[in-house]
Amino acid sequence: MRIVIDAEKCQGHNRCYALAPELVDVDDLGMAQVVNGGIVPAGSEDKANLLVANCPEYAISVVE
Amino acid sequence: MTDTRVRTAPPVIDWATDFDHTDPVWVDNPFPIWDDLRKRCPVAHSDRFNGVFLPTRAEDIHAIAYDTDHFTSRAVVVSTNVPEAVAPIGGAPPITSDPPFHQHARKILLPAFGPKVIEALRPRVVELCHKLIDDMEGRDVVDGAADYAQSIPPAVIAHMLGLPMEDGDIFRTFIHNTLGNVDAPPEERQAAFGQLDSYLDGHLNDHLENPRDDLITFLQNAEIFGNKLSFEHVRGTIALLMIAGIDTTWSAIGASLFHLASTDSDRARLRNEPQLLPTAVEEFLRAYAPVTMARVVKEDVEISGTVLKEGEWCLLPFPAANRDPEAFVDADQFVIDRAENRHAAFGLGIHRCLGSNLARLELSVAVQVWMERFPDFILEDPSAVTWAPGQVRGPRILPIRVLERA
Repeated sequence: MRIVIDAEKCQGHNRCYALAPELVDVDDLGMAQVVNGGIVPAGSEDKANLLVANCPEYAISVVE
Repeated sequence: MTDTRVRTAPPVIDWATDFDHTDPVWVDNPFPIWDDLRKRCPVAHSDRFNGVFLPTRAEDIHAIAYDTDHFTSRAVVVSTNVPEAVAPIGGAPPITSDPPFHQHARKILLPAFGPKVIEALRPRVVELCHKLIDDMEGRDVVDGAADYAQSIPPAVIAHMLGLPMEDGDIFRTFIHNTLGNVDAPPEERQAAFGQLDSYLDGHLNDHLENPRDDLITFLQNAEIFGNKLSFEHVRGTIALLMIAGIDTTWSAIGASLFHLASTDSDRARLRNEPQLLPTAVEEFLRAYAPVTMARVVKEDVEISGTVLKEGEWCLLPFPAANRDPEAFVDADQFVIDRAENRHAAFGLGIHRCLGSNLARLELSVAVQVWMERFPDFILEDPSAVTWAPGQVRGPRILPIRVLERA
């Protein structure tokens, strides 16, 4: 599973970073950046799905 | 703060055709009004305030927030007169700015409000909250709004901007005059803005002579396209950060304490499971979102069958979007462990609340310290609780009886 962030949609709410800093980091402007190419470590799949479900801008998705 | 002016606006009879977001019925409890309108008139209209529209469905509110072609942000607080076009910069950039200028004015500010920079303020906020509670020593009944919530954001934002910490009361007066009092005559509102400008002029000039490590000096040195920001741009932004950074957050803190004081099960749950705080905080923000934004219609546009007319206001009630059953399961219920919570308390799109990380930090710390020091508490008198009128909703008076101290 891999996390994909749509930089066009991200507005820097930082909900993802607050939920899982091990999966998503932020740049100097507070915009979300995937960690480790977005690869979700085994066991963190539910967390990744939670990020998708909490993004106010629908900027996060996961791909298998 | 007490509004001493006598309300002259007539009471609302039909919310679909004559709504008024400053009406006492709305101020006391807007949720049933939105629920009703969502079903029978998803975009309501009122001739008050020289014409104002009110969408209540999440889908429509989202669409308007993203639509900078048909809506301008040149004014964001609905009042008696729609101001002349001053965008793209506007009086308080970047909240009053439109694209393409908006992104430049915003980009300057973003680094100062990023989550890592804001997190460094945590010890200061923790200390402040403990001090406020220390000051309540010996009192069984305290005002969660006046004695606590309303004292936290002014001190934090004063520190960030570089304004005197002891000027909290001055900030409160400015906020009342800009965000409350929206049905005051235009000349009265103009005079209030004039007072705010002269207060800030003094501090801005002092910073020009004596630069220091704060946001005022930072903005005075900032550049867009190789040019320093105008004096008016800096002043407008500082006014924005002061006003937007204070009333909104204390409303969120006050509303959260209101909920906990009036809901035994949630208070007990948070007490027994303090690790639930981050999730609970997002639910406080969803269910009690304080901020309703506004736009001015730039060009006629149809939303859910209603044509919104150029030059009229449009309220953007993010709190109503957060209560839309089409967008949330059990939208009208407070679910303290709601894990999936795509709320829009901080707005959506390019104008997402710049200070959202600061607000979240202050709200989290305020609730955490309160619960640590006052593990049990209830509303002293539910009928004594009053809510702020206008576009930022939170408790003004919140008498709480402390049942247990730690």
